[in-house]
Amino acid sequence: METAEGTRARNRRAAWFTHGWLALGVLAFAFPIWLTLMGSTHDASTIGRGDVPLLPGPHAAENYAQAWGVGGGRYMGVPAGTMLLNSLVMALLIALGKIAISLTSAYAVVFFRFPGRMLAFWLIFITLMLPVEVRIIPTFQVMVSLDMINTMQGLVVPLIASATATLLFRQFFLTIPDEYVEAAKIDGAGPLRFFKDVALPLSVTNIAALFVILFIYGWNQYLWPLLIVNDRSLETVIVGLTKMIGGGDTQNEWNVIMATAVLALLPPVLVVVLMQRWFVKGLTETEK
Amino acid sequence: MATLALRDITKSFGATHVLHGVSLDVAEGEMIVIVGASGCGKSTLLRIVAGLETETSGAVVIGGQDVTGLEPADRDVAMVFQNYALYPHMSVFGNMAYGLKIRGLPKPEIERRVGEAARLLGIEALLERRPRQLSGGQRQRVAMGRAIVREPKLFLFDEPLSNLDAKLRVQMRAEIRRLQKRLGVTSLFVTHDQVEAMTLGDRLVVMHQGHAAQIATPMEIWAKPADTYVAGFIGSPAMNFIPATLGHGGHVATLAGGLALPMPGRMGTDGQGVTIGIRPEHLRPGMGGLEAVVELVEPLGSEAVLHARLADGSPLTARLPGILHGEGRLGLVLPLESLHIFDAASGRRLESAG
Repeated sequence: METAEGTRARNRRAAWFTHGWLALGVLAFAFPIWLTLMGSTHDASTIGRGDVPLLPGPHAAENYAQAWGVGGGRYMGVPAGTMLLNSLVMALLIALGKIAISLTSAYAVVFFRFPGRMLAFWLIFITLMLPVEVRIIPTFQVMVSLDMINTMQGLVVPLIASATATLLFRQFFLTIPDEYVEAAKIDGAGPLRFFKDVALPLSVTNIAALFVILFIYGWNQYLWPLLIVNDRSLETVIVGLTKMIGGGDTQNEWNVIMATAVLALLPPVLVVVLMQRWFVKGLTETEK
Repeated sequence: MATLALRDITKSFGATHVLHGVSLDVAEGEMIVIVGASGCGKSTLLRIVAGLETETSGAVVIGGQDVTGLEPADRDVAMVFQNYALYPHMSVFGNMAYGLKIRGLPKPEIERRVGEAARLLGIEALLERRPRQLSGGQRQRVAMGRAIVREPKLFLFDEPLSNLDAKLRVQMRAEIRRLQKRLGVTSLFVTHDQVEAMTLGDRLVVMHQGHAAQIATPMEIWAKPADTYVAGFIGSPAMNFIPATLGHGGHVATLAGGLALPMPGRMGTDGQGVTIGIRPEHLRPGMGGLEAVVELVEPLGSEAVLHARLADGSPLTARLPGILHGEGRLGLVLPLESLHIFDAASGRRLESAG
């Protein structure tokens, strides 16, 4: 069967092509992380010499111990443990706060008829188009006036409203059939009851998916924490990491920096890995 | 169990008038079917009774109590929706118990009622399942169960059978009727299916463009339709309509083809236009009646539906017993006792004035 042979050969070629292409993609993503990982296992002088080690070295334990407990770099800064905790609290507060606020505001916009409803929705929608950087100076001014500089609230509150999440929940709520609302009305469930018993349980997968996205969004915040926090005990790991890199006048402790970078990688990775199932479900599945 | 009274209900959505004053009195335990084509306002009427829609004017009285303006929950009604509206994240038990839980019934009472309803409907084995894991018929039963456990004054059905396949629909239809009789709960049932309407209802409300065209028992509607719309809507295949003119002092109707039909009495004035209605199953083959050309024969086993045309090209449908029917010319007689006479202008049924 020559044609069958031809089909098989073509399939093989296609498989090679796709796999080769995928491997290239993986390499592009994974190689920098590999470098970081390897760099964190050598001593400062190895990297200082300009070597880029591709294989693990013997100093992993001491590098990580220093990064976790003492810190390093230009200012001999904050231990990674503290920074990670700060980042974690901030990212969690931002993610949960965003979900709570956007969930309730989307619920209000979809299920209630009140004057100015569409106006409220459009105002939320329009802020989608404004990146944080655009309003950063007035926001900073407001935070100063509210005396929230150098506080966790100051770190979190300006980032806690999310137009994107509101829009997403609104779209989801719109897919909830009117009959559920009507059945609940006949069952005697008020708006809060319906929210707690029907709308919220139905949105669980969406909430989980959003949590992953928003947690990483919060974790990766750089500009705002850099501005609002000078108190180093409140420093987040992303900001702290850049502060460890000097201006060139002294040698950077690249080994400790890379160890800190690896530590900074772990929580988001953990969140993604643990919630992957929910994440995919929330983005693809509509359970009706 | 309660009576229901609708007093001159009207409803407008902006400038669109959906209901033009519908009044209805429902006796205790009665099953009323509201039937009509889509857009006739039948669902709106049901939703007004449920309290999901607010009437523009008129009143809804349930069990002697005026519930106009009350929230659905305060009307003590239960509703079965077309798509069942079962909460997908709750088990069958959870779905059925939800309304009771909100009303704050004690747990043993909830379990007793749900258990009883489940036994009645034969879904005891499904109580732990999610709606997603159920077949269409089972979901339908759960939706019924949710209504039953509430022990409401009124059942409201909004086309609950239209999502089922044909066989299941017939089965569930009988089941709903049996259940309703057994529980004796006053019910309103909305459907667009005339067979469903005929078989389910103690009485029918035939809706047409926001009016109740006729409110009567199924057989009364079939035998004496109040106007041409009702006559054409109830019965399958639909009734044939042939225009005619009265003469001889209103005692004879002459068809366009020249055929003169004696009327049972004086139907109107000479020269008045009337519409003669005859059901396809009442036409008989024979000479001295209408001359038709059969264009299509639909054999149904013991009988056949013949699609024919009269000399002037107007269509005529006949349902004749037997299977040996061919295309071609056919003479059909109109038995006088089976004729329905309607006023051509208003479409209203005409009765002999002696």
